Amino acid sequence: MSATQVGTPLSSAIVKVEKLSKTFGNLKAVDNVSFEIKEGEIFGLLGPNGAGKTTTINMLTTLLKPTSGDAKVCGFNILKQANEVRRNVGVVPQEYTADEDMTGKNNILLCADLYGIPRSDSKPHAEELLKLVELQDAANKKVSTYSGGMRRRLELACGLINYPRLLFLDEPTLGLDVQTRTAVWKYIKTLKEEYRMTLLMTTHYLEEADSLCDRIAIIDHGHIIKIGSPEELKESVGGDVIVVVIKELEPDISSDIAQIKLVKDVKKNNNTYRIKTELGEEASPQITDLIRSKGLHVTKVSLTKPTLDEAYLEFTGRNLREEEVDKLQMFRQRVTMRRARS
Amino acid sequence: MDKTESKKEIPLEDPTVQEKQTEVSEEKDRTLRTPPKLNRSPLHGLWALTNRDLRKWYTNPVQLIVSLIQPIVWLALFGKALNFGSFISGSGASPAQQNAILQSFFGTTSYFSFLACGMLAFIVLFTSAFSGMSVVFDRRFGFLNKALSTPVARGSIVMGKILQSVGRSLVQAAIILVIAVLLGMDTTHFTVPGIAGTFVVVFLMGMGLSALFTMLALRSADWQTQMAIINLINLPLLFASNALFPTKIMPTWLQDVVKVNPVSYANDATRQLLIGATGMNNLLVDFAVLIGFAAILSAVGIVLSWKLLSK
Repeated sequence: MSATQVGTPLSSAIVKVEKLSKTFGNLKAVDNVSFEIKEGEIFGLLGPNGAGKTTTINMLTTLLKPTSGDAKVCGFNILKQANEVRRNVGVVPQEYTADEDMTGKNNILLCADLYGIPRSDSKPHAEELLKLVELQDAANKKVSTYSGGMRRRLELACGLINYPRLLFLDEPTLGLDVQTRTAVWKYIKTLKEEYRMTLLMTTHYLEEADSLCDRIAIIDHGHIIKIGSPEELKESVGGDVIVVVIKELEPDISSDIAQIKLVKDVKKNNNTYRIKTELGEEASPQITDLIRSKGLHVTKVSLTKPTLDEAYLEFTGRNLREEEVDKLQMFRQRVTMRRARS
Repeated sequence: MDKTESKKEIPLEDPTVQEKQTEVSEEKDRTLRTPPKLNRSPLHGLWALTNRDLRKWYTNPVQLIVSLIQPIVWLALFGKALNFGSFISGSGASPAQQNAILQSFFGTTSYFSFLACGMLAFIVLFTSAFSGMSVVFDRRFGFLNKALSTPVARGSIVMGKILQSVGRSLVQAAIILVIAVLLGMDTTHFTVPGIAGTFVVVFLMGMGLSALFTMLALRSADWQTQMAIINLINLPLLFASNALFPTKIMPTWLQDVVKVNPVSYANDATRQLLIGATGMNNLLVDFAVLIGFAAILSAVGIVLSWKLLSK
């Protein structure tokens, strides 16, 4: 996905985050985070649950006050010019926030009223946005009759009503079926390419980040671990990965494998070796030869080309997450997932 | 990636391709156009928020009917069955003596009329109590966050909740009044200014009480707690007032509580305005207290909204 340069030059930073931190009690949800987003790009925040993605977005959209640090969004300070920030950005939150008892169109008009957009403008604009997200037929139906995909598209339309220069998308495809997810991806691309909008999105779906984002920040435990384009991140994992399973648990031959010229790194876990190498196709016969020469037996060999998944796991580790998260946030996430499936 | 690429091609296969393309270019022009001039008044969005909640109510007649049944039951039970007036009329005293006794306790000769005024306070109290509930649900289901991410004034979010509750109270009070008249409320003292004044009282009491309950809910996402708070506050406010019984028959300590309970001032005012009862205070005092109650609690609610709505 090449960064198509349309409209305004991409050099200027539309978001500047400086040493932003947020502490809840003892938990450092976001810890000293700094990054910049260029005008016109899709910037992804990628990380496991509880990594601090939503907290970061909430601070940048002025819903949360940072414990320390500062940020400028669209040139406005998030603390001192909160209302200017709010006027210039659109927010599509993770949960479905539309009012169930109102029609889709009235929900959009309500959002417009909250921005102070006169009805003379918001009425035709709402129609256009409903057309953009392909909801014009359901516009006058109550949201309680909408499917999960329709709700998500409605949220997107609400987030666009104030002509934002920058759109925040928090987990835009959480729990959606493949069709809706593909449609949401299409809208996101349209927004960038035709509306020249800058987007900041969070996700924990890696293929989503890979195909949509120009740059990705991997965030975990409140820290940004790595920022780069999807290609840069994949390369940084260090090429191909060969996984070899050996019948015998002992001896450990990691250091012998590491001697092979193409091999960059070896990690042993029980009888499984995870070997990072260049030119995996050439390295793997050399590795199996070496193992045989030690009198050991290879049970399984696999070669993987780098994916964003590999990079992600490399940076965030393979441990399962069992952190305690905010009760209310979990409740909302469950509601979102449940409604997405309806 | 491939999937999305091929999806993007679909419009091109569409026979109406020509139209689609012109639409797209129009949209492009739209985005380049300067956005409309925004209404930056601090009150923008207030009516939209108020109407959002009101609409839920007036488009759902079941809610309206259910919320009216309770005071009607009370009117019937207390006003007709547990009629304090009948203790006196059954006492064997002469009608003149009976009236004198009733007058001295209730300020009027009709207990039912006395109670009907109390029911106005009752309906306002119970309607206001639930104004906080919708804050809890808005927080729980995310609408509150959406509103907070827009430039709408934080105070308007709170005022919207207060005003929608006041709106409901006014309508319900009007219905209660009509029903009370149908059930035999004394209308000989009704005057237009008196009725208008009654609705001002309902407005002020509704504003103060719903501000109180809304601010108690500002930080909460837990409706069970909110229910407990409502019960904790509502019943004492009702029973430690002159809504159902005259102050005279209460122990002295309770009389002191009644005197600081704003609900008593509302009852005192409506009884003077509607049924010509002898009040405990001058009407001006009643109105001054109610205006102060509404203004102070609304102001506190707005100030708290700046502090408590965002973390």
